[in-house]
Amino acid sequence: MAAASAQLVSSADITGKVVLKGTPKPEIPIDMAADPKCGALHSKQITTRHYVADSGGGLANAFVYIKSGLTEKSFPTPGDAPLLDQVGCEYTPYVVGVQVNQKLKIKNSDPTLHNVHATPKPGSANKEFNFAQPVKDMVSEKAFPAPEVLVRFKCDVHPWMFAYVGVVEHPFFAVTGKDGTFKISGVPNGKYTIEAYHVKTHMANPGATQEVTVTGDAKADFTIELK
Amino acid sequence: MARTTNNPWLGRYAAFTALATLALICAGGLVTSHGAGMAVPDWPNTFGYNMFFFRISQWVGGVFYEHTHRLIASGVGLLTTILAVWLWLKESRRWLRWLGVIAFLAVVFQGVLGGLRVVLFKDEIGIFHATLAQLFFCLVCAIALFLSRWWRSLDAMRTQLTDRNGLRRIFLAGTVLIFAQLILGATMRHQHAGLAIPDFPTAYGKLWPEMDVDSVAKYNQDRIEIKAFNPITAFQIGLQMTHRLGAVLIFAAVAGCAWLANRQFGVRHPLGKLCSLWFGLIVIQVFLGAATIWTGKSADIATAHVAVGALSLSIGVLATIVARRVLVPLSAQVSALCRTSGGSTPFEATPATGL
Repeated sequence: MAAASAQLVSSADITGKVVLKGTPKPEIPIDMAADPKCGALHSKQITTRHYVADSGGGLANAFVYIKSGLTEKSFPTPGDAPLLDQVGCEYTPYVVGVQVNQKLKIKNSDPTLHNVHATPKPGSANKEFNFAQPVKDMVSEKAFPAPEVLVRFKCDVHPWMFAYVGVVEHPFFAVTGKDGTFKISGVPNGKYTIEAYHVKTHMANPGATQEVTVTGDAKADFTIELK
Repeated sequence: MARTTNNPWLGRYAAFTALATLALICAGGLVTSHGAGMAVPDWPNTFGYNMFFFRISQWVGGVFYEHTHRLIASGVGLLTTILAVWLWLKESRRWLRWLGVIAFLAVVFQGVLGGLRVVLFKDEIGIFHATLAQLFFCLVCAIALFLSRWWRSLDAMRTQLTDRNGLRRIFLAGTVLIFAQLILGATMRHQHAGLAIPDFPTAYGKLWPEMDVDSVAKYNQDRIEIKAFNPITAFQIGLQMTHRLGAVLIFAAVAGCAWLANRQFGVRHPLGKLCSLWFGLIVIQVFLGAATIWTGKSADIATAHVAVGALSLSIGVLATIVARRVLVPLSAQVSALCRTSGGSTPFEATPATGL
């Protein structure tokens, strides 16, 4: 009990970088002709976002989180609600994280209708839902009662639109930026397993995990190699 | 009100309803091909509006396909209702009147299935919805056949043709194979996983693809999809390979039918003509199946594949029905010959005989 209390008092950051090794197939240009209002919102060609990596291989949109090591502790549900926006007929951001039961705000910032369709994995305790957001600036809120990495969101009106939400039981997660870096703050001292989950590579790289011992600020770098 | 078997306008109306049903199958095919099955989240309304008053300016993206599918379905429902009532009032054959009732019940059930698929999020219902659509189309085609003057004229042929080659059974077997293939195809499409195998005639560059966990993981890793497809699984790869093998079996069965029918009755005989049409459809269908893969599952090509599949099934059903009407089993002919105490051999139509 005393050890657990000591862990909760001190906390640190885990920083790192996820690097992609190998050359994926090129992204596909998206044709928005199916809804002229979408096309009108873009002055340049947009593409799919399966592998967003910088020149150094820094891989964006990897969901990095503490997979195990925190099982004995519970965490309060945050009152703030991250935003998943629909802008230019694209979901922004592509990957976002929330805690279990934490509200997620979903907004339609477009001058066209969308449907918001969440498709949890088969067997998940999270329920599939699908609702309309036909009007600009409509905001809805949803929460997930069970952890799941990752829940896919899609728009069936605009089939090129999809994004992912990571749901975990604790606040120790991050999404890598354009350069592949991430920072998880406020991590109590302890020994943890951290996973860097990327939607396209996780099946071929199930072991994108590593053990990290936190006694102060810690570093964890991942290399995901295309098979 | 006098009932009769001679209702030419009713027959034409039934044929029109069959055509409308084919158009509905195409519309439904486009919905799945475009991944738009859930584009309208509610049912029976459309984004909260009465579906008949939903503004055309909002028919964008996937909404266009799903919403027009619902509107066309409503039209086919109305046509079928009128068909059932018209049959009940004017048709003297009781069994045919009841076929009209079955068609009405089927189209209502089909509509409810489509709605439940949306509100219950059940892909399995989508598979059943697609399969029932094909059966309903066959039913309406059969009703149109039974109402036709040509069908009534087939009686004159019945005692003349012996089923020497077991064509009645071969037609049935080919039709059942096609139906099984359609169920496979519907199951494949409602996995919503895109193309489980991206190449043809090879499968991931091989005669038979690798289906172990690591290989499937690599297929998913390498695929760059433009839509929100579900991940490829070994089950889906197995489904597609089974579908390819099914195509080979069907090609052989229908080719055999066409050859036997034309050999026995000639190309100008109705059964010869039906079989030739059937075989032609299967050839087109094989090409469309390959083209679906070569075009990366282009929605138009994939939908044409669905439509020709429906036509292939319906021609098989009609050919089976006609064969059972005009062909006498060889065993029955032999029995009749024995009963006539060594009388003359049964008269048989020659290739020169048409209708």
